[in-house]
Amino acid sequence: MADELGLTVLVAEDGAVDRLLLAQIVRRQGHEVFTAENGQQAVDVFKARRPELVLLDALMPVMDGFEAARQIKALAGETLVPIIFLTALNEEQALVRCLEAGGDDFLAKPYSAVILAAKIRAMDRLRRLQATVLDQRDQIARHHHHLLNEQRVAKAVFDKVTHSGCLDAPNIRFLQSPYALFNGDLMLAALTPSGDMRVLLGDFTGHGLPAAVGAMPLAEVFYGMTAKGYGMAQVLREMNAKLKRILPGDMFCCALLVNLSMQRGAVEVWNGGMPDGFLLSTGGKVLSALSSRHLPLGVLVAEQFDDQTEVWPLAPGERLLLMSDGVLETADDQERLFGEQRLRAVLADNRNPALLFDELLDALQRFGGRARDDVSLCDIRMLGAQLPQPMAMLPQDLGRCSAMDWSLSFDVRGESLRRFNPVPYLVQLLQEIHGLRSSAGTLYSVLSELYSNALEHGVLGLDSRLKCDAPGFADYYQERARRLQVIEEGYVRINLAVEPLAAGGRLKVEVRDSGEGFDVQQVLAQPLPEQGLSGRGMALVRRLSTVARWTEGGRCAHVEFIW
Amino acid sequence: MADMHIDHKVLSDLREIMEDGYLQLVQTFLDDSERRLGQLHAARSAVELGAAAHSFKGSSSNMGAVALATLCQELEDKARHPPLLGIEDLINRIDLEFAEVQRFYRAEHHRISAG
Repeated sequence: MADELGLTVLVAEDGAVDRLLLAQIVRRQGHEVFTAENGQQAVDVFKARRPELVLLDALMPVMDGFEAARQIKALAGETLVPIIFLTALNEEQALVRCLEAGGDDFLAKPYSAVILAAKIRAMDRLRRLQATVLDQRDQIARHHHHLLNEQRVAKAVFDKVTHSGCLDAPNIRFLQSPYALFNGDLMLAALTPSGDMRVLLGDFTGHGLPAAVGAMPLAEVFYGMTAKGYGMAQVLREMNAKLKRILPGDMFCCALLVNLSMQRGAVEVWNGGMPDGFLLSTGGKVLSALSSRHLPLGVLVAEQFDDQTEVWPLAPGERLLLMSDGVLETADDQERLFGEQRLRAVLADNRNPALLFDELLDALQRFGGRARDDVSLCDIRMLGAQLPQPMAMLPQDLGRCSAMDWSLSFDVRGESLRRFNPVPYLVQLLQEIHGLRSSAGTLYSVLSELYSNALEHGVLGLDSRLKCDAPGFADYYQERARRLQVIEEGYVRINLAVEPLAAGGRLKVEVRDSGEGFDVQQVLAQPLPEQGLSGRGMALVRRLSTVARWTEGGRCAHVEFIW
Repeated sequence: MADMHIDHKVLSDLREIMEDGYLQLVQTFLDDSERRLGQLHAARSAVELGAAAHSFKGSSSNMGAVALATLCQELEDKARHPPLLGIEDLINRIDLEFAEVQRFYRAEHHRISAG
């Protein structure tokens, strides 16, 4: 009859005969027994021995079973210590009192060993169940705590990463919940060496740590390549390839990447899977929707990935409004979504674009009643002039061993013209020259300008006058993309020559192309504003370099930097 | 004769369960019962009377003294619902019934201590 349970059991019963008998029954079933003769003793023994189960007579002297049960349950706290009341079953009121005092079951006299054994087993099951539940609850609490801590650390690390960018620039306003990272939302901004502002709004599938983990390498690529001056296409390709390589098959990242060029008065856009962004006039009118034209990052293999961007003219004071799908999917109490129509209505009602950000937040608040924690919103105002350029990352050597007398010729030919941009490499190389380090941004701007002139107007034969108005602007870039796709010959040749001078040195740059050339005198004779928009950026080049001239019928640009 | 007073199924269970403690149980019952009976006679209120009857009922039923337990139950019920009509008679019947039970358990005690 001995049982395997082996519990510790308190028998509290004032009748000596009943106590003796019950203790023996319980002991024979394999349990350890403590006894008490009244309620107060029962409470004292419970405190001292912490039995796992209590058999309690209802009517006892000193302290009755009801009060003892209440005190024992209070002492037991969250642990389930089953109490079986020893009472006749023919008194309704007494049974109710037993239950109200915390009793779990009853046992009537005369005691039956068989029934008591069954009841103890049943109570033991309950006891174990409760213990398991508590244990699992505590485990969940521990894991939750652990998870929160990990998220806190990950967020701290990631905040350092994101704050290395320029999200706090005066022309950017953004909203992102503190833990948006763990909803998979991502917002990055950085300046290129030539002062372009590049902003990425991303949204990883899934949430929690996996989404955040993907954000790290994405940010690294974004910042690293933007700082080195790589173009949109190259950055997009690298981000796509990296995510494709590291993310599991069902994970990817919707992304909207924009590049605002203050020098060119244009914004370049690539949208893969994000909601429409909006290009707004100074009066708040929607000029264009920046719609998704691509699959998200991390879906396609490199050969199928399309890095084609769209370019829009953007004047100072005009704005971009970018958002995550949390905006459109904000729901009210009836689970209706905020949706595209309501968003359009907010945009249409707006009169002052400086207030649009707040108007949209208000509308979301009114609609949903509460702010969602996965809404990311970003408002970028186009500036008339460049922002101060970021400090170039200086290599740690002091420039003692930098070569000062060398030259180099670099040709980009045929198909390579489609994707390859040599400027970041060349600027990197020129960083080896100590005297040029502080002018990395200038070098970058001038080389970029010369290279794109040589490519677009020279090799591709595009007419810059196309860019005189907004539709022409779009046509220009479509035509550029079309011609690049079919290019088979042609070249851009870049010569760099460095020579030491008494105090510093001189860098001579020649950029030559296989194109038709142009009438140098006529372009230089134009008034400055026209030179700015369609004048091949010659004004910029002349402003930034020590010497700038064009020879060979416009086919070769010569620029010098002296330090 | 004992069959009227003692439930032999309960008795054989007791012997089996108590093993070596059976003698002690019997002795305890004999001592305890006399105390309970004294309490019955000394009760000065219906509440005291009911409490004593309740306790006596419990131990009697556990010892298989079914008739005694039934009488105690009757007394407990009466004590709870006054007036206490016929209470003297009931207590007398409890005395008589206990005398039978006591005789039986004294014999048990003697038999086992001797055996």
